[in-house]
Amino acid sequence: MTTIQPKVDTPVTDELALVQAAKGGDVEAFEQLVRRYDRNVFRIAQHITQNREDAEDVVQDAFLKAYSNLHQFQGQSKFYTWLVRIAVNEALMRLRRRRPERMVSLDEEVKTEEDSLPREVADWSPNPEQQYNQAELREILTRTIQGLPASFRMVFVLRDVEGLSTEETAEALDLSIPAVKSRLLRARLQLRERLSRFFQRREGANGKQKDEKEKPDPGDANQ
Amino acid sequence: MKCKEFLSELTNYLDGAIDERTKAELDDHLAWCHNCYVVCDTTKKTIEIYRDSQLYELPEDLRTRLRTAIVSKCHARKKAGPEHV
Repeated sequence: MTTIQPKVDTPVTDELALVQAAKGGDVEAFEQLVRRYDRNVFRIAQHITQNREDAEDVVQDAFLKAYSNLHQFQGQSKFYTWLVRIAVNEALMRLRRRRPERMVSLDEEVKTEEDSLPREVADWSPNPEQQYNQAELREILTRTIQGLPASFRMVFVLRDVEGLSTEETAEALDLSIPAVKSRLLRARLQLRERLSRFFQRREGANGKQKDEKEKPDPGDANQ
Repeated sequence: MKCKEFLSELTNYLDGAIDERTKAELDDHLAWCHNCYVVCDTTKKTIEIYRDSQLYELPEDLRTRLRTAIVSKCHARKKAGPEHV
């Protein structure tokens, strides 16, 4: 079986030059950095806060904080990793403010390894995503990932959706590399398990004929 | 190799972060264990579907609005003096 191919890295050759120029007060250089990463920051923020308005605020606050603290960026890591770390912290702050009853922590540990052991091993259709129209698929994917514990979701989003390396994910979330790997495995397995009910072959694992495809629950997945 | 051992290496296997010898052992396990093959294959598909999905795209008009606000505040901080930048 072939391995997952990492996303092609954004060229960073000119990035340090842009950061240096921005440090010197060149706002246009900083604007280029905003253009380069605003979509990523928005996605990450929305995955964490699960709220559109909060995500918009996180984009603004994270870039402004980065601009104000550029002098502290020493260049040991990529600018993007440093920016993601700021954005994650901003997003977590907003999430805690919105849901003070549920403490959200990066250190959150969830149950035991057992929660991730596969129970559903039915094979999927060859092109499972084509069983649904785009809106249905989006809803299924959104609701499924929203159901993950925040600490797993963040690792999965940074590592698998945004394409950060294990080391960069560990740095952005201030976690150890083994913690990133353990959470990534459990996040992947839990997502797989939950998607199986939508994507498995129509002739189910128990020999049960499924008359129609699983419908996503109606709800407010896309806030 | 048992299924539980295979699962513990699944992430490294999919990411290609293992040595040749371990990879050979995992490939061997996959060759005869249908359940692990299915779990491995569908986990890979899970990752690919999320990677290719367009969840939470930033609409272009909102993008422009946010960028304009950020740039304008950066200019304001720059004017306010170096201690504000």
